[in-house]
Amino acid sequence: MTSTAVANALESLNALAGGLFLLAAFAMVATRQTLGCLRLFIAQSLLLAASAFLLGLEHHSVHLLGVGVVNLITKPILVPWILGRTLSKEVYARREIDQVLNIPTSLLIALALAVFAYFVTLPVLAAVAAEFRGANVPIGFAALLLGAYTLAVRREAVPMLIGVLAMENGAFFAGIALARNLPLIVELAIASDGLVLVFVTGVLVRAIHRRIGSTRVGGLTTLKEEAAGVTLLQPRVASPGHGSARPTRPEAA
Amino acid sequence: MLLAILGLPLLAAALATSTLLLPEPRYARARWPHRALPIVTIVAAACALALATSVALRTAAGARIAAFSGVLSAAPLSALIVLLIALVATTSGVYSWGYMARACAHEPRRLPLYYANFNLFVFSMLAIPLVDEPTLVWIFVELTTLSSALLVSFESTQEALEAAWKYVALSLMGAAIALLGFLLLFAALEAAGSDSFTWQGLLTAAPRMPPALLETAFVLILVGLGTKVGLVPLHTWLPDAHSQAPSPVCALLSGIETTSVLYVILRLLPIMDAASAASMRDWMVGFGLLSVGAAAFLLLQVRDYKRLFAFSTVEHMGIILVAAGLGTRAAHFAALYQILGHTLTKSFCFFAAGAAVLTVTTREIASVRGLLSASPAAAASLLLGGLAIAGAPPLPIFMSELSILRAGLAEGRYLGIALLALFIAVAFFGVMLHINRMVFGAPADGPQAGSSGPALRAGLHASDAASALPLPRTCASMLVIAGALVIAVGLIIPSPLQTLLRLAAAGL
Repeated sequence: MTSTAVANALESLNALAGGLFLLAAFAMVATRQTLGCLRLFIAQSLLLAASAFLLGLEHHSVHLLGVGVVNLITKPILVPWILGRTLSKEVYARREIDQVLNIPTSLLIALALAVFAYFVTLPVLAAVAAEFRGANVPIGFAALLLGAYTLAVRREAVPMLIGVLAMENGAFFAGIALARNLPLIVELAIASDGLVLVFVTGVLVRAIHRRIGSTRVGGLTTLKEEAAGVTLLQPRVASPGHGSARPTRPEAA
Repeated sequence: MLLAILGLPLLAAALATSTLLLPEPRYARARWPHRALPIVTIVAAACALALATSVALRTAAGARIAAFSGVLSAAPLSALIVLLIALVATTSGVYSWGYMARACAHEPRRLPLYYANFNLFVFSMLAIPLVDEPTLVWIFVELTTLSSALLVSFESTQEALEAAWKYVALSLMGAAIALLGFLLLFAALEAAGSDSFTWQGLLTAAPRMPPALLETAFVLILVGLGTKVGLVPLHTWLPDAHSQAPSPVCALLSGIETTSVLYVILRLLPIMDAASAASMRDWMVGFGLLSVGAAAFLLLQVRDYKRLFAFSTVEHMGIILVAAGLGTRAAHFAALYQILGHTLTKSFCFFAAGAAVLTVTTREIASVRGLLSASPAAAASLLLGGLAIAGAPPLPIFMSELSILRAGLAEGRYLGIALLALFIAVAFFGVMLHINRMVFGAPADGPQAGSSGPALRAGLHASDAASALPLPRTCASMLVIAGALVIAVGLIIPSPLQTLLRLAAAGL
């Protein structure tokens, strides 16, 4: 095979990895179970590592191969291990999750976010050299937005954490195409920072579970300004018990 | 020297963590952790402060310091921030000694956890201005979130855990968005043909960078790190986290941590200017005004006086952003003066709030009346703190806000300045209303049910009349020192500090 044929094959494989990556991000919005979310995250990380390997082979960049290896070790292997150690039952219990919006609406919004991401990254792609263009940047940005959306609508703690990790996956997916020569030491530092993130959040979720008996953090909405007892600004509805009936402010998580 | 500034708190953190790992039976007998850890923390912070002062003096004289083969460096702006971090870390450390001893009186085993996280938090904050490479700075910003998460949830009440969760979730979301921004920044650097990914390297390569990349990167970083700074509408975690944490931690969080992250955003401004993407300054002014306005109006409805101060932080971060966005040398100087004044004043306010919590064991404004008779020290500090943070003359915030308004008028931005003045006035009214209610008036019958943690209530009810206990000596001494600093900075700024401010403003 000639080198252009090899390059074309690698690029097609990379596009496939990108498509599956985006599909995993969509599936994370749609899935109900914590374990399913975790499995999708592992799949997404494997696809990220695969894309890093493919881009590294295509552009002969040792940095990217290193990035692939680091991602392969930390995310699919170490992250579930740490989660398993800090939260024994929660992660591996199949639990139904309710979200703020129902799943079909969520998927429509996710689609809109992906299209928005594509249009936002158009000027970015136009500004860089031709070899950087490809599907990675729009897909990465879309995965970032989808992860943020998952974080916003979920009520359980562990899927929210996985949403954050998925956002970082998305940022990296765009980054491996654009910022190819980022020093490996920085990559290692970011990966280990990700592990510390999972550990600390795991400890926090364990404390929450111990305190309120579940990890449904979306139900914790006691810290607000509204309702009874405010003497300065009287609410229009005079009776003090109406606080909870008012539409929730954006302050509630 | 720069390495020592970072290394000392790290050592203290390591010591505290090793105490945590001691096996249980030996630990139960050991008393020395409870005495030694606060002292180790304070000594580490004080040494860091001394070193930071010398670094600041040297940078004010014009030297540029670099260490560790260029990874660490200090310019006037970063030296100012390091100095402020070390100062608040020292005062907060001394304050923690007395406060946490009182608050954790019945469960002293948790103290090493507090000090381990405290020192790690201080270390990660100190690293932000000192490290030169933007992605490493990002890592340390994440590390501040992670180390303060367990501090915010320290009281382990349901509200504290809720606040900690919101803090962690929103800050990590913002950090992921900012990560993409930094990666885009690196891509822009490569497109400009350079490969030195430091702040200075970015500045030199800026004219050759494609503006589209830079603008997208800036917006992503502004939104992402702006979540950590507390810019509206991503500020929803701030009032919760900065009120539920123990008061010395609040002083660190509100006083200097949001400012350090704002420093990272400010560092991008000269790069944007050099690449002639100047429309970003209008975004900053817009965001800033939004924050100031929202915070000023939300201030009016608080029920908890620590939340009052937390909303005030949102307001001041907005004011600093507006000042930085105005663009002139005078406005930048005013912004840095505002940073200086806000750090000193806000940490003092939280020390005062902590004193009030120790006295009346509640955080609710409605249950606190006539604090002046219950505890004159706490009441006087709250009054001074409230006046200072709202912007009463001759205190520093008034001077800096006046400078900002004047700089804006000189630029011709009449609408923006009018809005800013209106919002500042509303906030002044709100703060003074709540503080006056608490300090003056007939004393309440007794501490009513409030929203402070059971740990605080349980520990203080162990003795009969909680308000009869005098304030811990360290708390009282820090109140005096911090209060004196606040008043002093409003009256005179020593000339090395003035030079430092001027040089730092020139760098923006």
